[in-house]
Amino acid sequence: MTNAREEGAHGAQVSRHTLGQRLSAYFLHHRQMLMAGFARLRRHPLATFMTVAVIGIALALPAGTLVLVKNAKNLSGNWKGAARISLFLKPGLSDAQVQQTADSVRTHAGVGSVQVITASQSLAEFQQRSGFADALKLLGSNPLPAVLVIQPAASYSSPSATQQLGQALGMLPQVDQVRMDIQWLERLQAMLDILRRAVQIIGLLLALAVVFIVGNTIRLEIENRRMEIEVNKLLGATDRFIRRPFLYHGAWYGLAGGLLAWLLVITAMSLLAGPVGTLATLYDSQFALSGLGWAGSLWLLIIGIALGWLGSWLAVARHLRDIEPT
Amino acid sequence: MIQFSEVSKRYQSGNEALARVSFSIESGEMVFLTGPSGAGKSTVLKLLALIERPSRGQIIVNGQNLGSIRRRAIPYYRRKLGVVFQDHKLLHERTVFDNVAIPLTIAGVMPREIPRRVGAALELVGLLHKQNALPVTLSTGEQQRVGIARAVISRPPILIADEPTGNLDPDLSFEVMQLFQRLNQVGITVLVASHDHNLIRRLGLRYLSLRDGRMVAPELHGDPDDERA
Repeated sequence: MTNAREEGAHGAQVSRHTLGQRLSAYFLHHRQMLMAGFARLRRHPLATFMTVAVIGIALALPAGTLVLVKNAKNLSGNWKGAARISLFLKPGLSDAQVQQTADSVRTHAGVGSVQVITASQSLAEFQQRSGFADALKLLGSNPLPAVLVIQPAASYSSPSATQQLGQALGMLPQVDQVRMDIQWLERLQAMLDILRRAVQIIGLLLALAVVFIVGNTIRLEIENRRMEIEVNKLLGATDRFIRRPFLYHGAWYGLAGGLLAWLLVITAMSLLAGPVGTLATLYDSQFALSGLGWAGSLWLLIIGIALGWLGSWLAVARHLRDIEPT
Repeated sequence: MIQFSEVSKRYQSGNEALARVSFSIESGEMVFLTGPSGAGKSTVLKLLALIERPSRGQIIVNGQNLGSIRRRAIPYYRRKLGVVFQDHKLLHERTVFDNVAIPLTIAGVMPREIPRRVGAALELVGLLHKQNALPVTLSTGEQQRVGIARAVISRPPILIADEPTGNLDPDLSFEVMQLFQRLNQVGITVLVASHDHNLIRRLGLRYLSLRDGRMVAPELHGDPDDERA
């Protein structure tokens, strides 16, 4: 602008604001759009509820299943006594030699406790239980070996650690054979891993569904507010300015869906807690269902908001360019 | 302030709206753009507002070559241009106050400054007492004045208007034109597209005459009916 009269009459007012003032105007607009987005949700309660319900269910399914898988993992991981190692010692060792071996095994890293079953104890037990007492008497000597039953330390109770411990102990010269009752535990873990992976895949697909649901809802909203978008563009609004209310709108959908999912998961968990408690008591177990927890709940809400935001972003990116003033 | 050099515009439909149009408007001038409907008046305004791009030729506004303005920069260009539409383009679900405040919000003006400036703009068009009304409750003339208040609130150096009196009776039309003249007197360059010859004659200002996309009379003043193509 070269004309002095122009400058005085209506110079660029906007640039006279300090950065702080501009930022405060910027944040005010964000806050207004945040509130306006919420107001829009409330304006059509039924339509909003249906969208939010679909999002909520889509998020609750994977979230709830993941919580169950986590519980099953905890349960199998804490199965005290399930992972036991039996060391069958070589025959012909004296009781003193057996004790000596037991002492050296006790000092081995990862060993929790060692129970010694001497050859004569084995024989006595076998006689009691099998009914072969008479037959055994025919044998001149005791055919049974001494056995060391090892309970791994808590930190070694996982299937793979138990496996390694068993192999290490099997190298001892006095040991004839090692047996580990962990295979079924490994299989259970493997199945849970498959289940968890499956839930992750389904969760990913459902997350995609949430993105599309929000995207479609926002697309309709954009269509309804065509006029407003056009006018804003004509009056010099940037794409970001025009995008903003729709992004907040989508984020609100995501947050509401996340809250509903959270509600569904904790309701389901509290419904399951009773029967699970009963079952645990029958097994003499202290096991109790653990829920989403603080971190899990927070994640659920954050994922909800992020998916809502992403969905509206896609809709806005796709459709806002089409609306140009004519 | 506004300079068209050999500007042509051919729409994708093949319709040639403008053919080698040249004219220039000085800073602080108030000029009419006239001609029958379909002559290319709206196209000129659309090119000025960067709603359309010329097929050929060069447009310079306020020292800036419009051809060099990229898509991302268009909003900032439009903020320095006041536009008045024949159909007002007011948002019906918002109050008069909120409608007029839109350009300030877009430009990121301090919130506490907004009421004062909206008040001043509405006072200028004589509608301060209607600031809380919804546009539908206003008469057509009042709606047009709200549109004008919105167009000038960010104090643009240039104001363009597309048939602003198209739906108004002669008295109201004259009032709206007087409003434009007052804005012109404080230094705003004004370009008004209008086919209302009586009105142009009454104001006695310079006019540009378009016919079939060609400039007929770039430097005439007074009575468009005198000019014979």
